[in-house]
Amino acid sequence: MAERSFKAEVEDLRKGEGEVFTGEGILAITKALLENGVGYVGGYQGAPISHLMDVLADAQDLLGELGVRFEANANEAAAAAMLAASVHYPIRGAVTFKGPVGVNVASDALANLSSSGVTGGALIVLGEDYGEGSSIMQERSHAFAMKSQFWLLDPRPNLPCLVKAVGDGFALSEASNTPVMMTLRIRSCHVTGQFPCRDNRRPALTVREALSNPRSDFARVVLPPMSYAHEIDKVKNRWPAAERFIRENRLNEMFGTGGRIGIVCQGGMYNGVIRALQQLGLADIYGDARVPIYCLNVTYPLLADEFLCFAEGKDHILVVEEGQPEFIEQQLATFLYRAGSSVRLHGKGAFPMAGEYTGAVMLQALEAFLREAAPDMLPAKVRAPNMDRPALPDLSKTVPIRPPGFCTGCPERPIFAALKLVQQDLGKHQISADIGCHLFGALPPFEVGGATMGFGLGPAGNGAFDGGGERRPISILGDGGFWHSGLSSSMTNMVFNKSDGVVVVVDNYYTAATGGQDILSSRAANDTKATNHPIAAAMKGIGIDWVQQVDRTYDVPKLKRVLHDALTTDAPGPKVVIASSECMLNRQRREKPLRQQAIREGRRVEAPRFGVDEAICTGDHACMRLSGCPSLSLKRLDDPLRDDPVASIDQTCVGCGNCGEVADAAILCPSFYRADVIHNPGRWEAAWATFRARVIGWLQARRAAKRLDFAP
Amino acid sequence: MTLHETLSPHPRDPALDRITKLAILAVGGQGGGVLTGWIEALARANGFAVQATSVAGVAQRTGSTLYYVEMAPATDRSPIFSLMPAAGDVDIMIAAELMEAGRAIIRGFVTPDRTTLIASTHRALAVSEKMVPGDGIAKAEEVIATAEIAAQRFIAADFEAEAARAGSVISATLFGALAASGALPFSRAAFEDAIRAGGKGVEASLRAFAAGFEAALTGPLPEAATPPLPPAAPAAQGPQKLLAQWQALLARADALPGEAPAMARAGLRKVVEFQDLAYGAEYLVRVEGIASEDRAPYDLTVEAAKHIANAMAYDDMIRVADHKTRAARMARIGAEMGVGAGRLMAVTEYLHPRAEEMVRLLPARLGARLAGSPTAMARIDRVVNRGRRLRTDGLGGFLMLYLVAGLRPWRRGMLRHREERAHLEAWLSRAMAVLPRDYALAVEILRCRRLIKGYSDTHARGLSKFDRVMEGIALVEGRADAAEWARRLREAALKDEEGRALDGALDTIRSFL
Repeated sequence: MAERSFKAEVEDLRKGEGEVFTGEGILAITKALLENGVGYVGGYQGAPISHLMDVLADAQDLLGELGVRFEANANEAAAAAMLAASVHYPIRGAVTFKGPVGVNVASDALANLSSSGVTGGALIVLGEDYGEGSSIMQERSHAFAMKSQFWLLDPRPNLPCLVKAVGDGFALSEASNTPVMMTLRIRSCHVTGQFPCRDNRRPALTVREALSNPRSDFARVVLPPMSYAHEIDKVKNRWPAAERFIRENRLNEMFGTGGRIGIVCQGGMYNGVIRALQQLGLADIYGDARVPIYCLNVTYPLLADEFLCFAEGKDHILVVEEGQPEFIEQQLATFLYRAGSSVRLHGKGAFPMAGEYTGAVMLQALEAFLREAAPDMLPAKVRAPNMDRPALPDLSKTVPIRPPGFCTGCPERPIFAALKLVQQDLGKHQISADIGCHLFGALPPFEVGGATMGFGLGPAGNGAFDGGGERRPISILGDGGFWHSGLSSSMTNMVFNKSDGVVVVVDNYYTAATGGQDILSSRAANDTKATNHPIAAAMKGIGIDWVQQVDRTYDVPKLKRVLHDALTTDAPGPKVVIASSECMLNRQRREKPLRQQAIREGRRVEAPRFGVDEAICTGDHACMRLSGCPSLSLKRLDDPLRDDPVASIDQTCVGCGNCGEVADAAILCPSFYRADVIHNPGRWEAAWATFRARVIGWLQARRAAKRLDFAP
Repeated sequence: MTLHETLSPHPRDPALDRITKLAILAVGGQGGGVLTGWIEALARANGFAVQATSVAGVAQRTGSTLYYVEMAPATDRSPIFSLMPAAGDVDIMIAAELMEAGRAIIRGFVTPDRTTLIASTHRALAVSEKMVPGDGIAKAEEVIATAEIAAQRFIAADFEAEAARAGSVISATLFGALAASGALPFSRAAFEDAIRAGGKGVEASLRAFAAGFEAALTGPLPEAATPPLPPAAPAAQGPQKLLAQWQALLARADALPGEAPAMARAGLRKVVEFQDLAYGAEYLVRVEGIASEDRAPYDLTVEAAKHIANAMAYDDMIRVADHKTRAARMARIGAEMGVGAGRLMAVTEYLHPRAEEMVRLLPARLGARLAGSPTAMARIDRVVNRGRRLRTDGLGGFLMLYLVAGLRPWRRGMLRHREERAHLEAWLSRAMAVLPRDYALAVEILRCRRLIKGYSDTHARGLSKFDRVMEGIALVEGRADAAEWARRLREAALKDEEGRALDGALDTIRSFL
């Protein structure tokens, strides 16, 4: 069960000719796949393309009607490999994942696919996770297209253009027998807008029908001598065919009018370029610019003749290409050089080599370019800025950074609290982290884990330490990472190499960080997917004997004990601790409405919440250093005797118990209490509670009578 | 002057004025996406072309998250909208938390020529603020003062509290504030229609919307102006005889010089609540003794009144048990948790006593003997050292704590009391010893008592930091800037748990000696 339901979006997917789609870019692309007769879709979730997977997972009925197969692939490699169906069969297929990390994983399949070539259109929808909001290393997927010779679309970021690019991509793929990758930046995936719908189209040949008429052709197999022929075919036939298609169908666009300067930009950068030109008074609200713009909706391959035609008669051209290295700029420079052109090419230099092209960067770079290339085009005030702004105090020392962290009630928090506590007893350990929400454990207050090598590679990242030593190496692996690739790349690696290390598997029932998609070990029943395959069984299956499962991660003392055992036992081989509790975000989304309804219907409901006795809390904040929970915060008292703020738990607390358990396990302080409010108690229960309250009240009154009591 | 770099000094194309640019900076989980959706629906329903973007991803997991909307009156052609806000070019900036408003200002999204800043003044503390052993909370007043200068209009209120009161979330109150600001050319009814069209939790959202609307109109900053009131004499209840004695003690506290009476009243209450009236008298004797050697403006007496009370009312098991069994405490928790008709409450205490605490409840000589024997301590620890969950609404759990609290009359004879008193006296005599030579240093020594807090290991760490600060003070004693160094040492000790900053400060001192 995903984090949110996409029922409403599924309805949008059913829209037909004459209707208007309103919504997010990534969902518009999903709709466009169906309009273009796609035969199978797959992928691996991850920001910013998760919604494509989520909405299709909820759209099984519609897909069934259209004869479209949807596969939630085990990882990006599996997703890319699925495009093999388009090698021999004229079936359009699309897969999605995030870049460049997903492309890294998929690259083996992508290289093979590119060598074999395709008959049916093969489209990869890639969410390029770059710039603000990104959770991964800052790289480009562009190089993968260059090395494997597949084509790269980077459409302008508005819904009609994104939708058109899907159709163009399939057609380009078929015209050139080459897979096509469509890259979208984070904001393009989440950009909202409208586009006119067309009817969904059944694939001409469904994957089911294809199974009835199997095809094979050894010429498509990547083995010598065919592989040499593939390379020749790429260069001699497929590449020129692609160039022809791009040119004839005008996939790249020309905008603006004007004199001896020009701008070449990636399609995805177009809106940013226009905004900067608007600010400089060189474009109107509709983007009509006084500078010619050559907009590359296809960023690979580049068309020499088209570009040289654009460059004709110009003195200066600016290349707007985000990220590094500047592949496009280098290629365009080569075109100019080979043509003996004297046009001056600007790009990196005016723009910074690294980092996102934000509004400020874009404006500064365009201004710098114009100042050099055509200073007369700049408005007078830009040429001689003369504006005074009020001096503001520097807040950068005041405002704290706010990186992402564990949610309120997150079941992973107690795991990292336990790891921190165990290290307080046994000393600091070598810890290798993995990808997932659990990577937040590397941040304060826990600071558990120093490096991460990729999804499912936490334990593999400790490979050098497999030989053992005075203290065991610890690695973290999430349930998502385990099934993605961790089972083979990390766990079998440990078993085979007789590793002495300890693996903590963080099992929260979903791939939680990407939005709560089901995986093999999910506890939920899923109509179309096989769930409920325990991770512990898989571990035993590959020969790991020391496996401990803790089914309530909030039990910090127990977790601490189990971790202690794992780190000190004499048992040989890998030691695996599976710490398992459901993602609280998902659990609350499911249970909260049910709880509210039960209360309304008069059924008995216990609602737990934690509290802090402020008179007992001394304001040492030791609990904060083992929590970081958003609902556990600080409060200043108006007591002149107290200097430091005390702990305080707000009403967003979900009663997970981490505070109390940690206070117990670390022997912190007696300030925490849990209050369970019992809604609609039974008659006997209420009567017994009244009796108890009376006895307690009598005892309290007895003591109060002998001493002074102060009003609170 | 950092702003000069991020602001564009460019003239604006008049055509662009038709585009309204609105950014929302929120903490992940606050419902920034819902707010963005409403704004978009509102604009579209009222004949505007509109585009929204966000960078959600893992930032949704409690991190700082940005949403961005551009809109312009619709025509037959589509305007080209930007996908991200540019510094100096934002018309409406909504910050769903005060430090996010500060972040918006740092990023240049708030400028005096154009920006309406709508900010909630509540705080969602960042982990870095909460971890500090001392007071690490960022200074809200700095952000508010800067916002006053940076924004063309600054609308601020605690929209989080307003939302909670209305039984909804902050996105709805901020939407109300946006309506009230008049920064968008749509009527209040149009805003409310957008909420209705959303279809989820409409009633609560409309209630919160109205609350946010009102708060934005009326909301001058709540806590900014009001100075803290001096604490009134605490109202006491109890037997007449005791009340009379209490009044007599209060009169003595009030007779202290300078600003000391207010502090001494609070201190007196604390120690009397901790033990009894005689203990209060003991407290006053100590404070009066210091006052007799003090001079205007009597800083020493004020600090003494504060820290002697804290030292005398140490955190032992009796104090904890007593607090947890008081009627007023149960009533307060019940009110906070919303217990009323048809609702019961169970309260579970998380306790973890160790041999160290148990032994210190024993008569001083016996306790000291046991505490000195590792074997005995290990044996006791085996029996008592366990996490205990006690139900204080249940008879068993309540009685156990009630009995522990009932040990109070014997407290003066216990090991813990003897230790605490020895520590207190050593500390006070240390301060009084330097008083004739260095008044300021004496005051700083008294203030160092702040370092001792927490329970078990945390308490031990506090004591050791206290000792190290005292050693550091011994090194600088006699220098003209000794008090300044004492202050720096204390503040360093409160910076981190392990005392790294304190080590650094001590190293610095040793380097110039």
